[in-house]
Amino acid sequence: MTQRAMELSILRYRPEEDDKPWFQNYQVPCEEDWVVLDAINYVKDHLDSSLSYRWSCHMAVCGSCGMMINGDPALSCKTFIRDLRSGPVRIEPLANFPIERDLVVVMDDFMEKLQRVKPYMIRKTGKPLEEGEHLQSPAQLKKFKQYTLCINCACCYSACPQYALIPEFIGPAALALAHRYNQDSRDQGRDEREDVTASNEGVWDCSFAGACSDVCPKHVDPASAVQQMKIASTVDWFMRRLGLGGGKS
Amino acid sequence: MEIIKTDVAIIGAGGAGLRAAIAVAESAPDLNIALISKVYPMRSHTVAAEGGAAGVIKQGDTLEDHFNDTVAGGDWLCDQDAVDLFIRQAPVELTQLEHWGCPWSREKSGHVAVRPFGGMKNERTWFAADKSGFHILHTLFQTSLKYPSIKRYDEFYCTDLMVADGRCQGVSAIEMRTGLMQLFQTRSVIIAAGGAGWMFPFTTNGAIKTADGMAMAYRAGVPLKDMEFVQYHPTGLPGTGILLTEGCRGEGGILVNKDGYRYLQDYDLGPPDPWPRNKAMELGPRDRLSQAFWHEQKKGRTVASRWGDVVHLDLRHLGEKKINEKLPLVRDLAASYVGTDPVHELVPVRPVVHYMMGGIHTDIDAATPLPGLYAAGECACVSINGANRLGSNSLTELLVFGKRAGEHAAEHARSAAQPAESEIRREGEAARKRVTDLFLREEGGENITTLRKEMNETMESGAGIYRSEDSMRETCDKITELRERYSRVHLEDKSNVFNTNMLYTMEVGSMLEAAHAVAFSALNRKESRGSHQRLDYTARDDDKFLKHSLAYFQGEGEPRMDYLDVVITRSQPGQRVYGGKAK
Repeated sequence: MTQRAMELSILRYRPEEDDKPWFQNYQVPCEEDWVVLDAINYVKDHLDSSLSYRWSCHMAVCGSCGMMINGDPALSCKTFIRDLRSGPVRIEPLANFPIERDLVVVMDDFMEKLQRVKPYMIRKTGKPLEEGEHLQSPAQLKKFKQYTLCINCACCYSACPQYALIPEFIGPAALALAHRYNQDSRDQGRDEREDVTASNEGVWDCSFAGACSDVCPKHVDPASAVQQMKIASTVDWFMRRLGLGGGKS
Repeated sequence: MEIIKTDVAIIGAGGAGLRAAIAVAESAPDLNIALISKVYPMRSHTVAAEGGAAGVIKQGDTLEDHFNDTVAGGDWLCDQDAVDLFIRQAPVELTQLEHWGCPWSREKSGHVAVRPFGGMKNERTWFAADKSGFHILHTLFQTSLKYPSIKRYDEFYCTDLMVADGRCQGVSAIEMRTGLMQLFQTRSVIIAAGGAGWMFPFTTNGAIKTADGMAMAYRAGVPLKDMEFVQYHPTGLPGTGILLTEGCRGEGGILVNKDGYRYLQDYDLGPPDPWPRNKAMELGPRDRLSQAFWHEQKKGRTVASRWGDVVHLDLRHLGEKKINEKLPLVRDLAASYVGTDPVHELVPVRPVVHYMMGGIHTDIDAATPLPGLYAAGECACVSINGANRLGSNSLTELLVFGKRAGEHAAEHARSAAQPAESEIRREGEAARKRVTDLFLREEGGENITTLRKEMNETMESGAGIYRSEDSMRETCDKITELRERYSRVHLEDKSNVFNTNMLYTMEVGSMLEAAHAVAFSALNRKESRGSHQRLDYTARDDDKFLKHSLAYFQGEGEPRMDYLDVVITRSQPGQRVYGGKAK
């Protein structure tokens, strides 16, 4: 297999030693079918054991290895060396998150926001297990399926100009997740979720730049989820004004 | 050292750990739960399972068929009381996931759809396209957020169990963010920390699957059971080892050698037609398919590729529409990682280490012999998988036994005696010393990357698809040597915050301990059964080895081996029959 020498310029930050982040360069002999993560693993195994980053599945499904590659948020296990322009590859932690160390960012805010949108089945009427499954047609499934595909890699938060400006913004992945449950024919919790999703920190903070959908490695299209929620929340608001209730019953 | 008091501590937040946590929260809402994981829950390797989860739900299928398929698939090494419980609870648990929102693929009627799977007589594998594990994990994680009693400790790496008064009463863990060691004082502990595929050089497993849970229990005196049974999945992508689901073959995909010949017909799996046909050809069990590859390779009938020898998976006849609907991830993975579009091209595949049938010895209640300690999921061996697991039984297993572990651990927590606080603290200090010693150790000439690679190589040569006395003996000796050399590894990085040099070093330590159990269990099983195939003892020997292997930790020395009778209730050992003669 042919090799290609690549220079990686990786952001380093070790809070116990470094006052501020800095870049360290590494020369890596890359195989032609390598992804960026393979090159970083090469650094870890052979050049510098102190480099820290998150990764696990190497198949773009665990969502651990999101990072900035040449300025764009991406999964390092799905970014191929062959697709990068020549010259040093700049690798940084996901933007808009505090750096914990090197390429590891603090995920607390993201995790808290996921939880806040109540991303679980809410039903006013329970169905006993003995009665078996809920029926759901393929068309009903299709209505929300796309929004179930989020791997929580947080690339969308790094790309989002609003999250950069307003840290309180619930943000693309969490809103798309709320929408996923709202659109599920088995769920009855939209009005409960609207307390968060239709608040100032919810969908109305979105400026519809669409950057989230551009960078999403799983094509979830959070921007479309947010737009659909804006419409739904407007309709609900008018319905409530007219005394007709609102939200899904 | 900070002491965190809780009622039930769960190590690992993948499918089994999350299901256990929910079971504790539902059955005992007043108990406090600490859900501790070295990664965020949605990173756990359950996420990578593709094909689906088995449970009888359709007309024409029966629990008895699921029982018989599982027991024969496991070459009669399964405990039949556990299998019985498993197949009965399977549909209940899968329905429960449906109620929690799992986006199972559907029939036109709106009912859950099922697909055929290897070694299964009838269609009973529930699936969510080819991302079943991903959806199961995220459904469980999101559902777990409902329960206030579940307190998560994300990115805490557990190091040791605290055993006091002969009971498991806690666990020590390093908080990755600070490097501080914390002590969880608890009444019950559940280990749900996953498998150990990273012992091998070529695996479908994520990098986090490093035997930590198994090694922790093993060091605490709990035996590891049936560790010699390592599953090779027949269809991994060469180079990376990325899994292409058995669902490919369930949907009608075929395997061909360099001559375009469906070679499985030469290995008691034919005739090839009619196709698709359950329990035949490409829908045979994984052990038999991986072994067939080995023989084809010996015969020179595999395909030489730039990644080494492969065979071809042919999905072209399924057509673009079906591939997009049922196997979208497979199409994406093949295109991305081997540059092949399955709609138009043959996909190169080869066997790859996928799953540990063996693990922490538990009974049917998920309880280990150490009071207060429970285990579930891949790290455990209950055992429903015997000598060879059938595809799609493991996702169901982590639900059924995860729940059971949670309920029994909760019950135990209620009845447990007062914690032996001073003894727990002493144990905690010993655990901390193990880590500080690692930090203080001077340069000893050994390197962790080198040790890991040498371990990988020897595991493949001695515990691969076919094994022999000489190669296994060599592997046993090599692991003994590596464990000795491991004591001279020193940390190059002595920092506290998110120190992955320390993490990887401790993970290699865990893997070497578990690898010792694999190698010695294999060496001592002088027969061929399921995934344990020997070139020197080619037949199954029920007289001597219708038994579970139990490996006991002996410090630096070789593990002590013991054996335990298999529970046989109604299926006497017989021939495994696939292909034309299969019933």
